[in-house]
Amino acid sequence: MTAEPVLRPSDPGAHVDPPPILSVKDLQVAYGPTQVIFDVSLDVPEGGLCCLMGRNGVGKSTLLQTIVGLLPAKAGTISLGWKEITKRAPYDRVKAGIAYVPQGRDAFATLTVFENLRVVAEASPKCEVDVVEAALQRFPRLRKILDRPAGFLSGGEAQQLAIARALVTRPRLLLLDEPTEGIQPSIILEIEDAIADLKKEGLSILLVEQYVDFAMRLAETYAVMDVGRIVASGPTEDFDRESMQQLMSV
Amino acid sequence: MDVIFNQLFVGLSIASILLLVALGLTFTFGQMNVINMAHGEFIMAGAYTTYVLQTAFGTGLLTLSFGLALPAAFLVAGTLGLILEFLVIRRLYGRPLDTLLVTWGVGLMLQQLARDIFGAQNVSVSAPGVLNGGMEIAGVSLSYSRLFIIAIVALVVVVIASYMKRTPAGRRMRAVMQNRSLASVSGVRTRRVDRTTFFIGSGLAGVAGVGISLLGAVGPTIGLNYIIDAFLVVIVGGLGQLRGAILAAIALGMANSFIEYGTTASVAKAGVFLLIVLFLQWRPQGLVVQARRGLAS
Repeated sequence: MTAEPVLRPSDPGAHVDPPPILSVKDLQVAYGPTQVIFDVSLDVPEGGLCCLMGRNGVGKSTLLQTIVGLLPAKAGTISLGWKEITKRAPYDRVKAGIAYVPQGRDAFATLTVFENLRVVAEASPKCEVDVVEAALQRFPRLRKILDRPAGFLSGGEAQQLAIARALVTRPRLLLLDEPTEGIQPSIILEIEDAIADLKKEGLSILLVEQYVDFAMRLAETYAVMDVGRIVASGPTEDFDRESMQQLMSV
Repeated sequence: MDVIFNQLFVGLSIASILLLVALGLTFTFGQMNVINMAHGEFIMAGAYTTYVLQTAFGTGLLTLSFGLALPAAFLVAGTLGLILEFLVIRRLYGRPLDTLLVTWGVGLMLQQLARDIFGAQNVSVSAPGVLNGGMEIAGVSLSYSRLFIIAIVALVVVVIASYMKRTPAGRRMRAVMQNRSLASVSGVRTRRVDRTTFFIGSGLAGVAGVGISLLGAVGPTIGLNYIIDAFLVVIVGGLGQLRGAILAAIALGMANSFIEYGTTASVAKAGVFLLIVLFLQWRPQGLVVQARRGLAS
């Protein structure tokens, strides 16, 4: 365990703004000798929703995987609130409050929907009986398929399960990797509602998305990546679709 | 008719032993993809544990010492497995060939250790009085010790299946085996689960050793007789599949028994190998495969 920084806003005499919930600074990531992320810095403000955009293969998913600890950072730092977590194991980061919904709606395929949620609840130190129930309330569609193996869900069901499973850990920051990819429009709306609700309840979210309208409806800030670097960022009001066109087209 | 019953019982008996030695491997090999050649020596450790308890308690308390041998062998072999995992295997995850060679070496060292402690001579374990003799059903004589092995296997299968299905630790184990990286980013301490899995897998080898000590002399190389068969059961059954291992053990046991009838043990062995080669040509992934639907594979 690394020592916590000394200064907190509650300390007498300290006038420090609370840090962003997620702060990535000068991050470098490489697959062996091939560097894929260069000097990436990115903040997600507490309670905010930041959307990360860009074409396929520019490093968006790699960045999320590094934040959650599946890939090691070569240099740079990742902090969650006051805590630096750059070198922590993935489960420690989950304990610290990060939840990750991978692209492709990964699941524990032979475990049932209920077991998928339960196994995560049981692994969490904050294991409470009601977390699974709360997750199911948010995605009522899952309640009808609790006993089905997770490998046999439709795309929309699997995506909802993936988000529900992330919520079971009671996160402070949710990392979502392309939640609308290949999902039918009616379910995209349900997912959008769920994300909007989560944001209203104060959860901070980093959303990777190529579906620009969806992203713009939800996010307050955006960042665009191209070949491993952040090439544009700012509040979503300033997002200029025309000039971003060439960075976004698939 | 008697012949068929008799061969069925022999087949079931062989199947139960195959399954007993393979159960532990469905964990360590099937779920963790670790080719642990020292698994046979964990079987040996279980067999010697039985011997040590009998020597300590004396033959007067044979039944007691034999009953104690089951949990004791589980703990002894499980602990050996934990030590092996901690010292060697955890450094070699994802390098199956290196693991194979190193654990083979460790197995040889354990055999030598057994020779140093117990002598090169085989020792013998006596079965408790209640397991002497047998009964006769429909003209087939069923020996109690073989029935006892079938009972142990059935018990272990039930315990393991409900552990995997109904306990939090079992669910975590299945989650890690299914999708290790998803488990780790869901907050599961995968290293701890690996250790538990290895402990249980090795412990089950110890339990197998207790069963096998009933069948013949116990010696330092007793595990070698079973290790290849155990791997075959796991491969034919499908990696990590308890259900597959059960089916494969029964199929191989029956094949062995019926080919052996009218031929010899060696012919039967060769025949079973031939069948396995043909089967794997047809179905290289084994009997039971995890079915799933989805884009990613």
